[in-house]
Amino acid sequence: MSVIKLPESIEDVVVNLLRLANTKLPQDIGWALESAAAWEPNAIASTQLGAVLDNVRKAGLLGRPMCQDTGIPVFYVKGGYDPSIADAIARGVERATREIPLRPNTVDPLTRENDGRNLGRGMPVIHHLPSDGDYTEITVLVKGAGSENMTRLGMLDPSDGVAGVMRFVVDAVLDAGGRPCPPGVVGVGIGGMADECVAMAKRVLARPIDEENPDPVLREMEEDLFVRLNGSGLGPMGLGGSATVLAVRIDKAHCHTASLPVAVNIGCWATRRASVRLGAGDAVYSQGAWL
Amino acid sequence: MAVKRIRLPLSHDDVRGLRIGEVVSASGPLVTGRDAVQMRALDYHDRGKVVPKELEGATLFHCGPIMARGPNGWTVVAAGPTTSARMDKAGPEMIRTFSVRAVIGKGGMSQDVLEAMREVGCVYLAATGGTAVSLAESLPRVRGVEWEDLGMAEAMWLLEAENLGPLVVAMDAHGNSLYEDVRRSLKRS
Ligand code: SF4
Repeated sequence: MSVIKLPESIEDVVVNLLRLANTKLPQDIGWALESAAAWEPNAIASTQLGAVLDNVRKAGLLGRPMCQDTGIPVFYVKGGYDPSIADAIARGVERATREIPLRPNTVDPLTRENDGRNLGRGMPVIHHLPSDGDYTEITVLVKGAGSENMTRLGMLDPSDGVAGVMRFVVDAVLDAGGRPCPPGVVGVGIGGMADECVAMAKRVLARPIDEENPDPVLREMEEDLFVRLNGSGLGPMGLGGSATVLAVRIDKAHCHTASLPVAVNIGCWATRRASVRLGAGDAVYSQGAWL
Repeated sequence: MAVKRIRLPLSHDDVRGLRIGEVVSASGPLVTGRDAVQMRALDYHDRGKVVPKELEGATLFHCGPIMARGPNGWTVVAAGPTTSARMDKAGPEMIRTFSVRAVIGKGGMSQDVLEAMREVGCVYLAATGGTAVSLAESLPRVRGVEWEDLGMAEAMWLLEAENLGPLVVAMDAHGNSLYEDVRRSLKRS
């Protein structure tokens, strides 16, 4: 893996990424919300989807964060890795918190102290994904607490099989009810070890929902879950209706022969993300992640 | 869907006239308050200390807003509902002690709260989760702030709503909960 010298302005790049992610919904999510609104037969549900779309439009026009919970940003850095990037990302987060502004959300887990910078021990969250491309890509996924708090990890019995996995996902989404502000994206990780399983379930939320899953078996499970969840009757905000999820995204990894881990990480209607590609030329921004 | 306009604060009769499934938009004074306000209000009340009078018969918005102070005073920048279930524990006592007439939040509250609502005459109005920009626009006036020492998100903001909505009557004063109805009829297959 090559070590690439990143441009001086990585801090600016991070501020731009956070501004883009917080004020503009990715096009694939926006389209999915609009088509959900067009299909929704339930009158109450329609008012909720209408309110969400209206809010997204206003946020874009005013350049304001679309939700008051500006979450915790998760950074995925793909490609060449200059160790100084972590410091630069931290400076960017601190500046974005002041300038956009973002709500200061990070606290000590025990004392609940908040220094107002969205930093602290273990922050910002940065995952490095190796690649042999001659550029570096940074993707940020903005994760609010309402949806993150509904995360579930199940260490199923291998004999539970595919049916057990499907049941686990359906229960996780329906038990969460209106709390993760549905309809959103359901991220599912199958296999790996416990930590990787949850990491997969979150990472898939950073991928565009209109991009097909290359694995035909996973694709079929995604489609099946999509139909089951949208037929459940939970609806937008858990107030009843058809639009419960915009998409289900699944990834898998090999696991121990005696294990069947499954993780669900939910993205709310405000599944916010933005990416940048840094190479020889100018920085190129996109909201259809390259992950 | 027809949206009914309601005027805050709600009277006892106004509250009894609302049924789950109705969609309303609200105008008039309301107060924000979540975990910390609820705890302090009940604690002060128990110890006979003065509690802001705006709490009596209030419309209580479960919201930790982002506020900005400009040359002309405070403005609401973002104000979405927070998860009301966090206020479940002291919710019934809060409603009974201050005759709260309406709670605005997201996700609904417990059966115990529903019972207190029936007894006192109070409704739960569901605001659309995350729609902080639209809701802030419908809160054009800040009349003041109490207990600012609790921090921006936790303080009790005294706000004026103008067509705040859509708000769904999700728990009414007759013991009905839309959340319960939806939960009971969920298809898990
Ligand atoms: S779940 Fe998402 S949309 Fe809802 S309040 Fe949290 S961050 Fe905002």
